[in-house]
Amino acid sequence: MMLLIKYLSLVFLLVISANSFARFSAYEFQTEAQEADYKELVQELRCLVCQNQNIADSNAELAQDLKRKTYEMVVSGKSKDEIALYMTERYGDFVLYRPPLSYTTFFSGLGLLPSCCLACFI
Amino acid sequence: MNKAVIPLVVFLVMAGLFLFVLQKINKGEYDPRDIPTEFIGKAVPAFDLPNLLDQSDRVKAADYKGKPWLLNIWGTWCAECWKEHDYLLMLARQGIPIVGINWRDEAVAARSMLAQKGNPFVETGFDPKSDAVIDLGVYGAPETFLIDENGIIRVKHKGAMHPTVWQNKFNAYFMQP
Repeated sequence: MMLLIKYLSLVFLLVISANSFARFSAYEFQTEAQEADYKELVQELRCLVCQNQNIADSNAELAQDLKRKTYEMVVSGKSKDEIALYMTERYGDFVLYRPPLSYTTFFSGLGLLPSCCLACFI
Repeated sequence: MNKAVIPLVVFLVMAGLFLFVLQKINKGEYDPRDIPTEFIGKAVPAFDLPNLLDQSDRVKAADYKGKPWLLNIWGTWCAECWKEHDYLLMLARQGIPIVGINWRDEAVAARSMLAQKGNPFVETGFDPKSDAVIDLGVYGAPETFLIDENGIIRVKHKGAMHPTVWQNKFNAYFMQP
């Protein structure tokens, strides 16, 4: 019983500490809407140096610079779409974790289908 | 047919696929980290940076209209930039105008590299915070852009500049009188 309580409190502390990290942000925003936009964008934008991380999670210098750029654009009143457009004009659809539907993305998605069928078969 | 061979067949197909891609990477035909630039055929973004060597001056894209020029992104932290430096010096001696953007660097270190190895750049913009670099869609150094007389980006090369790349991608733009 004591052991269980110890484990539970450990888990509880870990959850709290993770939460406090998540709350931490280096930037200050004028409105909550801007902050929400910023948080959503940095989750959606891919880090180009590490490639399988979004820029929110990445500590690569380029990711930090891209976060700052995103912050500046959000604060200057740009909409989320405008910022996403700015990024894709420079880094291509690759920078978005959810790229728009195009021929390439459609067919690369379609490529999953045979693998799925095969998986069911096996 | 025995059902047990199916995983083996799947494994062999996958292994073959991986080997195929791996060989392409090794031969340099395919780079998984390469992100195609969106800028070919578009106007060069209007950057405006402080001059690394002269604090009272600004380095602007707009100043270079009228003839083709190169834009080279470099930093003292980038090993490939040191490698390509001598070749850039040679191009500069041939009269090719090269504008540098010193990226995410210490000004002192950057100046001493130019003093030590020679300066191939007409002007060097100082960009410690990636302002112009993000505007240009750059994510690594060195990168070299070719911008034509109308301010349109014609070529972008990622990685060190060397004679083969120069012959294949760049030289033609500087042949016309």
